[in-house]
Amino acid sequence: MQDELIKRACELLEDGTVDRVLGWSSGDFFYDITPTVFTSADEVRKRFVYNDFCGANLSKYLIAESQKDGKIAAFLKPCDTYSFNQLLTEHRINREKVYVIGIPCDGKVSVGTLNDAGIDGILSTERDGGDLVCTTVYGEKRIPFAEAQDERCINCKSRKHVVYDELIGEEGEVLDSHRFDEVEKLEAMTPEERFAFWQGELSRCIRCNACRNVCPACNCDLCVFDNPKSGVFSKAASNDFEDANFHIIRAFHVAGRCTDCGECSRVCPEHIPLHLLNRKLIKDINTLYGTYQAGETEGQMSPLSAFTEDGDAEPSIVQKGGIR
Amino acid sequence: MIVKVAEQKLPELLTAAAGVEKLYIPVDKSDKVSVFEEYAPGKTLSRKLNTLRSAKDFFFPQVQPMAKFRMEGKKIEVIDTREEPQDFIIFGVRACDVRSFDILDRVFLADPVDTYYESRRKHATIVSWACAEPSETCFCHSFGIDAAAPEGDARMWIAGGWIYLEDLTEKGAELLKALDLPALGADTSDEDAEKEVKAEQDRIHSIQEKLPLYSLKPADNRQKELEIFNSPVWKEFSDKCLGCGSCTFVCPTCQCFDIEDFNDGHTIERYRCWDSCMYKDFTMMAAGTPRKTQLERFRQRFMHKLVYYPIKNDGIYSCVGCGRCLRRCPIHMNIVKVMKALEEDAQCEKKN
Repeated sequence: MQDELIKRACELLEDGTVDRVLGWSSGDFFYDITPTVFTSADEVRKRFVYNDFCGANLSKYLIAESQKDGKIAAFLKPCDTYSFNQLLTEHRINREKVYVIGIPCDGKVSVGTLNDAGIDGILSTERDGGDLVCTTVYGEKRIPFAEAQDERCINCKSRKHVVYDELIGEEGEVLDSHRFDEVEKLEAMTPEERFAFWQGELSRCIRCNACRNVCPACNCDLCVFDNPKSGVFSKAASNDFEDANFHIIRAFHVAGRCTDCGECSRVCPEHIPLHLLNRKLIKDINTLYGTYQAGETEGQMSPLSAFTEDGDAEPSIVQKGGIR
Repeated sequence: MIVKVAEQKLPELLTAAAGVEKLYIPVDKSDKVSVFEEYAPGKTLSRKLNTLRSAKDFFFPQVQPMAKFRMEGKKIEVIDTREEPQDFIIFGVRACDVRSFDILDRVFLADPVDTYYESRRKHATIVSWACAEPSETCFCHSFGIDAAAPEGDARMWIAGGWIYLEDLTEKGAELLKALDLPALGADTSDEDAEKEVKAEQDRIHSIQEKLPLYSLKPADNRQKELEIFNSPVWKEFSDKCLGCGSCTFVCPTCQCFDIEDFNDGHTIERYRCWDSCMYKDFTMMAAGTPRKTQLERFRQRFMHKLVYYPIKNDGIYSCVGCGRCLRRCPIHMNIVKVMKALEEDAQCEKKN
């Protein structure tokens, strides 16, 4: 697959369709993948990679890239295309400046997941049937690929590309995922248990802002938490409430716009399952307003924005004074 | 002197240490995260290579309350929230983190001395722990740190069913004495202990030699301040940077802080907290910020670690090669990539 992508990127650069290509490159290890803008076919041939570790969502980079002169080709995985569409809807990406190439994805791996499974000192990995074989300084270790993947990939919602100019590989389908199972477990808890769960998780937050900065839906020019005039400006939480406050505000701000790409949980250095906050809101929107997938269609209005008092029935759970 | 105790005596050893002073050990929070926590019977020593957050928290915590102000009518009450810490032991600190304390000392203990830091530092006894299984992201070796012979007040190796303990300072010797190791079955006249530790050290070194960053050597940048400042590598790297603070907050040597007020409407809590040069408002002043672009902010972090700090501190780098930023950066941009790119850049300049 990587060779095919490199070939296509070089063609597009050489025939002048685009003057830049957005893809991935690696560094010292096979897994330390960085989103990269390539400006020449030479660079692409030398450094472009596409492998099991290219999990980073490229769509947010296109906000800045599509403001530059010229045209950029971007290789987007199915879930990246949902973010791309959502950013188009929010008028954050200039569509004419981007040439979208849909590429297949059968799930991505983070090296952290391998470390968690007790595999360290990794020098290389290779797919062998259904397994990921890791060569390490401590010998060869095997892990089923299904277990090595990120949670968001194990519960993949769609292998379909919702936007592209051309497609490499075969088109996939929207999947019947189990992504709300964990949310249901949380819903089944008593309020006290749930509070303890989130307090335990969020107490580890170091306010590094990785979740916010990687999130395609978090695209404000100046975040309310970075604005000294907002009254909620803070660099660190002076008490437990503030970390929870930050994450709850963020979840509500992206409600109806979050495509569930899962980048927040991938990048959290403290492994806080932040995506569960967003998924709860997605699940509630589905229940109260009808099934809705942010980013599915360009220009669609979120149910939270499209709801009108006349014409639309008030969701049954809502009554004057809040939730029944 | 090296003393050995059977590994199955570890719980008793920890209980004994907790009887001497408040004891902190790394424990597993989940299969993913290990953190330093106060020891209590039943807690077990995490076997993970390193804690997610570094051990700098003990001396330079993320949030350090400084004072409270309460207002009633026209009267303002100032409440001193400082507390003199008790003596404590940090048990199982890795070689990289132990060295980070020296790097922080050169900042916080230099005139004017930071009294918050100083008092915590004074009360601590550090028992370090050699790394039996270093990771591919480890490069402490590049900074002259020996993962098989960590520094500290005392150090420990766990190998072949034995715990080996050695004192390095007076404080460490006092602690080992207070632990009453013979009561745990330690044979203080075991002459094989030194040999066995040497064998373990050789084994660790032989693993390190196989690690991909083993031969990484930082360049002496002290004469090249401007050249590096103007290097083209910053543009390419900073374009990719998300501007989050995960690298700075997991880093054992990042030392920048800010002072903030939290106002709940009745009381103002003034606290010091970690700051990150990656943030837009880093070193914000009345006239604005001196580093308006991500390029300038990104450059600041690496200039500080690889150039400014060494210039002020006899060539010592402000990095210990713990590898946390290599693991945690959401886009895998890190100090190793920067060091290599600067080196390549310097080679190109030479050729031209």
